[in-house]
Amino acid sequence: MAFNIIVLAKQVPDTRNVGKDAMKADGTVNRAALAAIFNPEDLNALEQALRIKDQFPGSKITILTMGPGRAAEILREGLFRGTDDGVLLTDRAFAGADTLATSYALSMAIRKIGHFDIIISGRQAIDGDTAQVGPQVAEKLGVPQITYAEDIEEIIETKVRVKRRLDNGVEIVECKLPVLLTINSSANACRPRNAKFLQKYKHAKTVTERQSENIDYIDLYSARPYLNLTEWSVADVEADTTLCGLSGSPTKVKKVENVVFQTKESKQITADNTDIEELMKELIANHTIG
Amino acid sequence: MNNLFVYIEVEEGIVADVSLELLTKGRSLANQLGCKLEAIVAGKQLNDVPVQVFPYGVDKLHIFNDDRLSPYTTLPHTSILVRLFKEEKPQICLMGATIIGRDLGPRVSSKLGSGLTADCTSLEIGDYDEVKTGKSYKNLLYQIRPAFGGNIVATIVNPDHRPQMATVREGVMKKEVYDQKYRGEVVEHDVNDYVSEDDFVVSIIDRHIEKSKVNIKNSPIIVSGGYGVGSKENFNLLYELADLLGAEVGATRAAVDAGFTDHERQIGQTGVTVRPKLYIACGISGQIQHIAGMQESSIIISINNDANAPINAIADYVITGELETVIPKMIKYYKKNSK
Repeated sequence: MAFNIIVLAKQVPDTRNVGKDAMKADGTVNRAALAAIFNPEDLNALEQALRIKDQFPGSKITILTMGPGRAAEILREGLFRGTDDGVLLTDRAFAGADTLATSYALSMAIRKIGHFDIIISGRQAIDGDTAQVGPQVAEKLGVPQITYAEDIEEIIETKVRVKRRLDNGVEIVECKLPVLLTINSSANACRPRNAKFLQKYKHAKTVTERQSENIDYIDLYSARPYLNLTEWSVADVEADTTLCGLSGSPTKVKKVENVVFQTKESKQITADNTDIEELMKELIANHTIG
Repeated sequence: MNNLFVYIEVEEGIVADVSLELLTKGRSLANQLGCKLEAIVAGKQLNDVPVQVFPYGVDKLHIFNDDRLSPYTTLPHTSILVRLFKEEKPQICLMGATIIGRDLGPRVSSKLGSGLTADCTSLEIGDYDEVKTGKSYKNLLYQIRPAFGGNIVATIVNPDHRPQMATVREGVMKKEVYDQKYRGEVVEHDVNDYVSEDDFVVSIIDRHIEKSKVNIKNSPIIVSGGYGVGSKENFNLLYELADLLGAEVGATRAAVDAGFTDHERQIGQTGVTVRPKLYIACGISGQIQHIAGMQESSIIISINNDANAPINAIADYVITGELETVIPKMIKYYKKNSK
């Protein structure tokens, strides 16, 4: 038994470690100041895919990402951990996409990849926190979805049994294949890079990367075709441009604001004994505590 | 036609708080728009739903009663909403940003090709001018939410697609009875007109749902910790102070992500929204995504070793110092001065 698995992954700005220069004076985000990382829950998703392949070695994992040229890093990170193939969906026409336009583009790329048994993605990305792209891709492809998945308990030729982690409990569900799963951060962490794969794929590049970096080892890339990372444009996946990017997005950003707090007149207190004691007395006296 | 719809969640016959909160908000938006408020409920044991929801100002309640619709699975509920929305053409649809709403909302929005904004912290009605086309739109739903890890606040609109869909977390909107005597119309639908056998491909083998043991939302005092608390061990200080004050312990997303405490204690846009009478923020810098979930606290005390922590701007008391010294002192002087 072997499975065709597609992992959806996104390169995201590391919004968890936002420094002082993360915001520009005009209130927009200074993406250049933020490190680009593999979306954390997509790593949980990748691990679930790798576990299927561990169990059924003939399985094939294709990692699919959409983003600018530098998102090719996601494909390499996948290969370093044991994926078989990767596709970068990149085109200016995809820029400004909301979740619906993103899902449409991804679903067209998945149609081009072809046959799949299971699609696995993270529950949500840390830059948007919407958790919408997984279910929307599933809808576009007409396959069922299982969100908030924590563990694939069993997979057989026709169906999968999955543990879902809900806010207040767990649910075990079964579904026929093909299916799309979104994985929670409570799932197993992703394995580290494998030294052998790192050696094998460290020079893996997209055509655009090779051109922009003036890498001239034509022989290397023809002798080792697995070092050529696949890059697809709108035309390659035969997507309707009116459904992509900004024009394909039903939601529009009316405005973006830097956050202005309703500031209060604060009382400044030191960590000295007398100050803290005064504070506690005051809170007790006005019945805030006690 | 073109009314405002709220998707109602029910567990064992009881309507979820988040749904009643959305009805409250929905009623006021519908009044502003001059349209009706309609609600949809799908599941089993729904006999008591009408009396629970009508006081919140529901004009029409759509009931889909079928044992197969509970517990919730994605596809049959999607089919119901999609078909009903094609018939009724609502202008707005609100759902809870719960496990169910966040599973169902995107599927429905994709099928209808309409926009959806997740985890809104505020909803308003307003106009919109599209610069590019020069078109003006009246009375759109402003879907306001922190974005980008909570570093900015965005106002999102859906100019051309209906319904305008949004999810909102529990506790963000206030629940308020509109009129105890308000009675709307009940419409019982034939579920088989809406779902097909193919919708039941996911089967639930086993299910353990527990009532959450943590009740942050209703606690009058909250001692909350951020990434600056530094470790799981240091969080014990917060528990100690909370025990003494009869408070609950809350946390920021960064503290939860770092493993200092459990997810169910997370306060903020992607956690719980709270309005206690006292909020003690320990080692919390004050990202908007957290502030959004606690700024309506009556009194805020910020304890931070950084005198310039952004949260200090909204605090009533700012204690500049190390938690490890300040909290034990608070414990000591509380014990000394309370009877």
